[in-house]
Amino acid sequence: MTDLSANSAPATRHGASLLKQNARTRRRNRAEARFRAYGIAAIAVGLAMLLVLVFNIVSKGVGAYSQTFVTLEVELSESKLDKKGNRDIEEIKKVSTFGYAPLINNAFAAAVKEGGLETRLKPKDQAGILSKSAPAQLRDYVIANPDKIGETVSFRFLANSRVDGYLKGRVTRDSIANDKSISAEQLDFVDQLAAAGILKKTFNPDFVLGSDASDQRPESAGIGVSMVGSLFMMLVVLALSLPIGVAASIYLEEFAPKNWITDIIEVNISNLAAVPSIVFGILGLAVFINYMHLPMSAPLVGGLVLTLMTLPTIIISTRASLKAVPPSIRDAALGVGASKMQAVFHHVLPLAAPGILTGTIIGLAQALGETAPLLLIGMVGFIASNPPDSLAAGLLSPNSAMPAQIYEWAKRADPAFYERAWGGIIILLVFLVTMNTLAVILRRRFERRW
Amino acid sequence: MPTLWLVCLLLVLAAAGFVMGRARALASAGGDARTLHSLPNYYGFNVALTSLVPALAVLAVWLLAQPIIVDTRVSKLIPADMVPEGSTIGLVMSDVRRVAAGLDLAVDTGLLRAPEAAALSANERDVRSLLGEVGVALGADVRPEVLAAAQRSRELNHAGRLLMTVLVTGLALAGLGWAYVRTNKEFRARNVVERGVLVLLIVAASLAILTTIGIVLSMLFETSNFFRLHDWKDFFFGSTWAPNFRGDSELSILPLLWGTLYISFIALLVSVPIGLFAAIYLSEYAGKATRALAKPLLEILAGIPTIVYGLFALLTVGPTLAKVFGKGGLLGVEWMAGATSVLTAGVVMGIMLIPFVSSLSDDIINAVPQSMRDGSLGLGATRSETVRQVVLPAALPGIVGAILLAASRAIGETMIVVMGAGAIAKFSLNPLDTMTTITTRIVSQLTGDTDFASPETLVAFALGLTLFVLTLGLNVLALYIVRKYREQYE
Repeated sequence: MTDLSANSAPATRHGASLLKQNARTRRRNRAEARFRAYGIAAIAVGLAMLLVLVFNIVSKGVGAYSQTFVTLEVELSESKLDKKGNRDIEEIKKVSTFGYAPLINNAFAAAVKEGGLETRLKPKDQAGILSKSAPAQLRDYVIANPDKIGETVSFRFLANSRVDGYLKGRVTRDSIANDKSISAEQLDFVDQLAAAGILKKTFNPDFVLGSDASDQRPESAGIGVSMVGSLFMMLVVLALSLPIGVAASIYLEEFAPKNWITDIIEVNISNLAAVPSIVFGILGLAVFINYMHLPMSAPLVGGLVLTLMTLPTIIISTRASLKAVPPSIRDAALGVGASKMQAVFHHVLPLAAPGILTGTIIGLAQALGETAPLLLIGMVGFIASNPPDSLAAGLLSPNSAMPAQIYEWAKRADPAFYERAWGGIIILLVFLVTMNTLAVILRRRFERRW
Repeated sequence: MPTLWLVCLLLVLAAAGFVMGRARALASAGGDARTLHSLPNYYGFNVALTSLVPALAVLAVWLLAQPIIVDTRVSKLIPADMVPEGSTIGLVMSDVRRVAAGLDLAVDTGLLRAPEAAALSANERDVRSLLGEVGVALGADVRPEVLAAAQRSRELNHAGRLLMTVLVTGLALAGLGWAYVRTNKEFRARNVVERGVLVLLIVAASLAILTTIGIVLSMLFETSNFFRLHDWKDFFFGSTWAPNFRGDSELSILPLLWGTLYISFIALLVSVPIGLFAAIYLSEYAGKATRALAKPLLEILAGIPTIVYGLFALLTVGPTLAKVFGKGGLLGVEWMAGATSVLTAGVVMGIMLIPFVSSLSDDIINAVPQSMRDGSLGLGATRSETVRQVVLPAALPGIVGAILLAASRAIGETMIVVMGAGAIAKFSLNPLDTMTTITTRIVSQLTGDTDFASPETLVAFALGLTLFVLTLGLNVLALYIVRKYREQYE
């Protein structure tokens, strides 16, 4: 057969052959290949952007999880902290953080002597490599353990953000030429301390668990408290948007008559889903704060605003999963004498539950990453130092939220905060990836194809 | 927090009502559930819902209405000649509210006893320093009228709260009693409960409408306040954006609109070709495996929060562009002053919109009937010719709709432009210039200490309303086009 077809040359017209491409066919095929290449290039560009973004986040953010610490033996001398020697806590509290600075200076002097380090720095400048929070840390310890006065205790102090940046390669001897807060000699001293094992870069749990710090102390800033703020907001969003969203979808999908009112509601919901998030922020500011006088910066207000924003998403996905339940289920229930309400609540809703849950998780993930409306209701620009101690405090006392905290860090002038912003983004993305994976698993595990 | 306690009390009452109603129904049937009209639980739900729902509804309405009523009654106490030149009654009222809040705080912390706070006189004591002690800082000394108004508003608020507690609890008890008395084995509890649940479902569904009305009304109200203080002709047709907190600002939307549209244009320039070609490749060329891998990966880009893109613009793309085009950069030109520019924000926003454009176009291309492709291929067209000459023209309206939706997203995007675009409002064609957008200005006018009586703050609501109308218009148009197009092939 093949021989036959090869031998019997096709009727040639204008010298064209099926076996030999003519110029026009070649051009058309080249155009085809080019077009295909554009498509591949477009996808490659998209994926490359994703790769660049992820690489950028990880490479810049991973530094926030390790921090430089200085371990020192500090003598809590009685003559400085408790002159009368009666261990009266009120007397001890009168010594301010300034009173503790000399103890640290002495500890440095002792460490230098013991380690045989050579430096021309004065003890005060040696202590300058520590965070400004070091004396406060010492004071908190002494007030909590007054019986330790007079002993020598080992402390792990945070190093200054410049020192930390030096160990991470962000700060160099060139870049500090005009920097008043650290000198080249101090960096030499840091090298010696690192060689002696007194100064070490280790994992920093305080970044994940701690609270934000003032812009003078990037080294002690953490994202923990704003994580709690986000958690409370998500609680509000979940508690409100899930029941309201499900109720609204049940009505629209199962009970609503087809008339112009229902049409208006439907058009409204699809339009609300596309309203810019900042508009919801304006609504929150005008209604919840300006009119209802709810407290500014409270997670409750943030949660309410995000609820209004998430509702359309949840309604749309819930309606889709209600629609996916076949009418035969409803008919069967009605046929054995269930009322319409019973058919929906006892049969349709449980079958649609996995889909509803998936939609809710995706809606929550969206709300968790949203920033713009939070800026308007004041969840930036202050430092919540302690995690809330009760449910009411968690809802009503001012707090921040993860994305708002990241924005706050990105706005500050010290580049040390940028590392923390990227580090915060890693945590935010870990949450989002977990939530989305959970949604996918739920869908795979429970979704029924009818 | 008394309101929270009140809600708890209502819930406890409802739970008790459930148990009582169920027990009474069963008792009336002599313990035999088969002789009841409805299942026993419905009798319980009937009592619980009758007690809970009206009480909660009244509570909600009361909490919403009380501030307005108190405000209108108290503002009558302030004589018209007390409002200073160039100020409004609203400003004085906000003073009143601060003083009232301060007095509440002083009573809470034990600095004052309640009767003392009510009898306080501005002539005898320095109220400003007194309130300063509890952390309420006032700008000026408290005038006697303001103090009197504050005391009156506290009085009204206390009376209101007391009345509300009594009324709501009474209503809950009355509902409970009424439903309990009505419960017997002939009572059609299921029908009543189902009708009640249906009403609740309808209320939930109308919340969406309520949100829209809330958005529109709150912005309309503040916008009309703004236009009372500022000339509308300057807002819509002026050429300068120069807010000045000492007053006499020039607040025109045109330069902001220009920045917004320019950035959105660049974003579309990046996202539309990439997104469209990706969609074409995925739906017309790619095999199943490629599609299953590439599509979700691209859609990750859509799930990344905008704050991440903002940071990417501010700390990575901006500085990189500045290294190329900035002072001492690779090109040796000095076109860029800092890291923020129209291009920075536009490119990053474009990346964000790639999956948006690609998944919408993908859906639309897939909706083109296969028979059209088969016909074209059967006539000897290559695949690319089929796409360009048959599929794309057929899908064009839908794709235009998708692009309009993307444009509406770009116009309303906030974080990327807040962090990447800059703060200077100007008309310029240079994509390396910093420019500012509507959303950025809304954020900057409304964050920090805001005074709701100055045009510099209120302008944000006018900007927000314009933004809302703009995006809504684009969305409605896009949805209309997409729907029209879908009908064509169904």
